[in-house]
Amino acid sequence: MEVAKLTNITRNFKVGEVETRALRGVDLSIQSGEFTALVGPSGSGKTTLLQLIGCLDQPTSGTVVINGQDATRLSRNQRADLRKAELGFIFQFFALIPTLTAYENIEMPLLLHRQKENERKKRVMELLKGVSLEDRAHHRPDQLSGGQQQRVAIARALATNPLIVLADEPTANLDTENGRQVMEIMKRLNEETGVTFIFATHDPRVIKYAARVVTLEDGLIVKDLQG
Amino acid sequence: MIQLFKMAFRDLGRNKRRSILSALAVSVGMTLLLLMASVLAGEMRGALQNSIQLQSGHLQVRAKTYEENKISLKWEDLIADPQQVIAKLTTIPQVKVATPRLIASGIVTLKDNSKGVQVVGIDPTSEANQIFRQGILAGDFLTSDDREGIIIGRPLAEKFNVQVGDQVSLLINRSSGDTDEQLFTVRGIFTTNTMNYDENTVFMPLAKAQTFADAEDHASLIFVMLQDQSQADAVAAALQSSDYQIITWLKLNELTVQLEDFANSYMYILYLIILGITATVVVNTLVMAVFERTREIGILSAIGMKGRRIMAMFLAEATLLATGGVCGGLILGGLVVAYFTKYGIYIGDYGVSGILMGDTIYAYLTMQDVTSLTLVTYVITLIASLYPATLAARMEPVEALHGK
Repeated sequence: MEVAKLTNITRNFKVGEVETRALRGVDLSIQSGEFTALVGPSGSGKTTLLQLIGCLDQPTSGTVVINGQDATRLSRNQRADLRKAELGFIFQFFALIPTLTAYENIEMPLLLHRQKENERKKRVMELLKGVSLEDRAHHRPDQLSGGQQQRVAIARALATNPLIVLADEPTANLDTENGRQVMEIMKRLNEETGVTFIFATHDPRVIKYAARVVTLEDGLIVKDLQG
Repeated sequence: MIQLFKMAFRDLGRNKRRSILSALAVSVGMTLLLLMASVLAGEMRGALQNSIQLQSGHLQVRAKTYEENKISLKWEDLIADPQQVIAKLTTIPQVKVATPRLIASGIVTLKDNSKGVQVVGIDPTSEANQIFRQGILAGDFLTSDDREGIIIGRPLAEKFNVQVGDQVSLLINRSSGDTDEQLFTVRGIFTTNTMNYDENTVFMPLAKAQTFADAEDHASLIFVMLQDQSQADAVAAALQSSDYQIITWLKLNELTVQLEDFANSYMYILYLIILGITATVVVNTLVMAVFERTREIGILSAIGMKGRRIMAMFLAEATLLATGGVCGGLILGGLVVAYFTKYGIYIGDYGVSGILMGDTIYAYLTMQDVTSLTLVTYVITLIASLYPATLAARMEPVEALHGK
């Protein structure tokens, strides 16, 4: 099943008088359950592409269809609903809310879904177990290591059983061991739950986990290899 | 909702000092509002009560043609049979006390000093005049049969350097239109703590005033105090007659009431200025919080939080700041107002001409003022915080994630 389809995507940014073309006519189709890496050097457009799939940004031209819905035709609030229902995010900078505990960070998307408290509790504990952090449930981000924070972010991204999880350089701020753990957890969850993972990276140690590697250069897809 | 306030509370705790200072600004603003409202209410209430007790009473009965400003002593402008009117008045249960007064304009002279005064002939035994008896600072109060004695206010005594037992010359207008002058002995020096009144009023027994002004047994007015001032209109309606005019305290103190209305309007502007300053502090705090947490706003937006919920998050912070500030303000303001309610603010002879202000203003805070000022502080703080809240809600997720 096709969960994301991008057709002839361009994305231009204007900084002052200078216009930069981050993406220059990209076509990409993602199938359900894929574990795909977007790779390429800095400035190649992989983060921009990830943000467009994540409905965080709108393309200059082209269409982004997520689970059958054309995100380019949706309002701001409808895109927020789409993100809430279908997408999960993992960021390079861990991106946890510092005032909330690990438990509360994972609980946040469930609260937005208005789930009942007992259901939320069950789900959060299940996710914490999935990332081996049950004993860190009530720790705040500043009491967790970088690797632990990123594992909480993974659990949060999966909280609402999204269709796609998007990860932007998920291991960039981690040491080798923590990076490996994070990738193995993502891979395991992909296999166990069937959720689609798309991650942007330029780390060769991460790329080896990908089943599909899409290479970008200067805003264009130059290579698309199935592992 | 609980989660929202829990997050808001923790977010405020990130920068405790800033949050406490912001709430303190609201507290100080609220304290100022309570103090201003209570001082104004106390000032106006005091002026009104002074006027009622000293000058206007709750009701006055006058001859049909009597005009207050002219202080006429013509017989046709006076009440010919005051005791008969008083007898009728005292049959009304709401009437506490009724007493005749004869008022004449005069000039007090001692050596080279002279001053225009209002000479008031009173019944020294009447309960309505006990306020003057209680205010005697030196010497004695008047007696009904005294034919040579007067009492004068402290400011006048100080101005003329007069002691008890000294003689002063008093010239007054008479009912015939001419004037008469006599020497009087100062029997006592009084104060009502109302400088304006004490400086311009001289009392003598009614009988002597009637003889001096050639008014026989006439009176300028009957001064009436009721059990309850709210009964004034009802009693006035019951007393309506073709022979007399019955005037209530509200009409007699029109200037004070109008001044209170004017002062209230003026106060609203001052309230808005204070609240504007307070709201600016809260807005500044929240704007800083929005910019500090731009990336977090981006994260929340990325996981599907809509703008209106992000907005609600910041409004929850503003509500907590306002709640802390208002509670602090109620405590601090309550203490300050309680102090000034007990000890007052001494203003001496500073006042407005025509208004009988006491020399000390005692704060007077009503529940209505507390409620309305609390609500206004809340509403203005929340309205002001709409700006930072909207700022946060309108952030583009992709830009917010990059901290822009």
